[in-house]
Amino acid sequence: MNATVKPSQLIKGATGDWEIVIGLEVHAQVTSNSKLFSGASTEFGGEPNSHVSLVDAAMPGMLPVINEACIRQAVRTGLGLKAQINLRSVFDRKNYFYPDLPQGYQISQYKSPIVGEGEVIVDLDSGDSITVGIERLHLEQDAGKLLHDQHATMSFVDLNRSGVALMEIVSKPDMRTSEQAKAYVAKLRSILRYLGTCDGDMEKGSLRADVNVSVRKPGGPLGTRCEIKNVNSIRFIGQAIEYEARRQIGILEDGGPIDQETRLFDAVKGETRSMRSKEEAHDYRYFPDPDLLPLEFSQAYVDALKAELPELPDAKKARFIRDFALSPDDAGVLVSERESADFYEAVLGKLANAARDGKLAANWVINELFGRLNKDGHGIAASPVSAAQLAAIVDLIGDATISGKIAKDLFEIVWQEGGDPRALVETRGMKQVTDLGAIEKVVDDIIAVNPDKAAQVRDKPAMIGWFVGQVMKSSGGKANPQAVNDILKSKLGL
Amino acid sequence: MSVDATTVRRIAHLARIAVTDAEVPHLQGELNAMLAFVEQLSEVNVDGVEPMTSVTPMQMKKRGDVVDDGEIADAVVANAPATEDHFYLVPKVVE
Repeated sequence: MNATVKPSQLIKGATGDWEIVIGLEVHAQVTSNSKLFSGASTEFGGEPNSHVSLVDAAMPGMLPVINEACIRQAVRTGLGLKAQINLRSVFDRKNYFYPDLPQGYQISQYKSPIVGEGEVIVDLDSGDSITVGIERLHLEQDAGKLLHDQHATMSFVDLNRSGVALMEIVSKPDMRTSEQAKAYVAKLRSILRYLGTCDGDMEKGSLRADVNVSVRKPGGPLGTRCEIKNVNSIRFIGQAIEYEARRQIGILEDGGPIDQETRLFDAVKGETRSMRSKEEAHDYRYFPDPDLLPLEFSQAYVDALKAELPELPDAKKARFIRDFALSPDDAGVLVSERESADFYEAVLGKLANAARDGKLAANWVINELFGRLNKDGHGIAASPVSAAQLAAIVDLIGDATISGKIAKDLFEIVWQEGGDPRALVETRGMKQVTDLGAIEKVVDDIIAVNPDKAAQVRDKPAMIGWFVGQVMKSSGGKANPQAVNDILKSKLGL
Repeated sequence: MSVDATTVRRIAHLARIAVTDAEVPHLQGELNAMLAFVEQLSEVNVDGVEPMTSVTPMQMKKRGDVVDDGEIADAVVANAPATEDHFYLVPKVVE
């Protein structure tokens, strides 16, 4: 747990300050072709009950057989969370009755999960970072889907999701603000997407969170917590925490008790409300599933998966900072989404001199490209400017063929019309003038018609800026700024 | 170990099985008879013995990540008392 809490992280109540304690259980759908224990498809959508085998429908006599790809994905995710990988784990039955669960139990892992303790480093907007502990990760089956609005007296049951593999990733109660919780989920999602173990699509329900919230006097004993079920967007997670913390503080300050209960977040009203409390709701009567042997694999298996892990956001960020002298902020922006990092790396791969122009390329990706994409509401996948085109523009600046200012015009042309930046620079006469003779002539002309200013500049060297501006203006922005500076200095005797 | 009448009612409730008060004493007797039968196992000293999960030492069988099942919605809902467009229909449950 984080040792100290900053005053800015506390909530002011009528009786003083309150500290929020937050822990998250994230359910992440494993990326796999078929389900955890059957050969039915995991594809999203599909006709009702089409992606269902007799195993998923829990027909008598059907037996589960585990999908080895799901095991691999869980281990890889554990490694990405720098977590303990358990070479032996056990599947248990979690018993409850509900129409979306035809078996009458969910196959899950209770006492012996496949992955134990790990950690996630979470960067915050303030520039600080926190470490959020991972308690465990276990594999379990998803349930089916119920539709309540199709019929007056009946609910419709679709088992297409039934049996799809989920990873439940349980954090330690290490977060103290809604901002931290949101940043944690964003970081976790990013790691999963880098690993390719979960697509992180919250709209399709591939990633959803149960949020545990309690409040206490700063540093005091933990309060009673409430669990807000199935929150399916990062923004809603933040809203649910804010609402729930204030609700609990209100009750405590009025002298009331907090009931430990399960609540739902109503996104329309922006509030949490109690689920009809089910007595004995938590009596799941877990026991080891007699249909499944313990899950065992060797350390060599884990090591082989570890050797093949892709570079993850933290390592990539450190490399960008080290190799291209990017600022931590810029590197953080580039690595936060896998697609952004991939695009930047594709640009690097096309650059003539990546070591020299890597930082310049980062500026162009972040400021010009992302700025323009945001303005037009495009994602990076829909960028009209390809990595190769952007690299060519950066090359042209890097080798002093064009100035940064002209490059912005060129970027706009490529964005609007497409085309090869090098060819465009030739055909549209955008090349920087590096012919020193030509620049000298312009400089001479300007000094000749402005003898008074030429005299003043010897006392006020800052006035050279005015001359630079004049030269650039008369060259249509194409004169090489460095050459202009050098020639002006020598001609003006500075 | 034995169960009392309250526990019998609770187990029935968790399993969503309707049990009338008249049935409880009979069920309580049956459950306790079973528990007493299993109880005999506690006579065996298992100190230091690992729980057995399989009669023969074997690894859990695994499948490849291949879609080779499903697309049998007719069969899946064939036995259901009420269906519509391949959905199962159940008495309305809204949480």
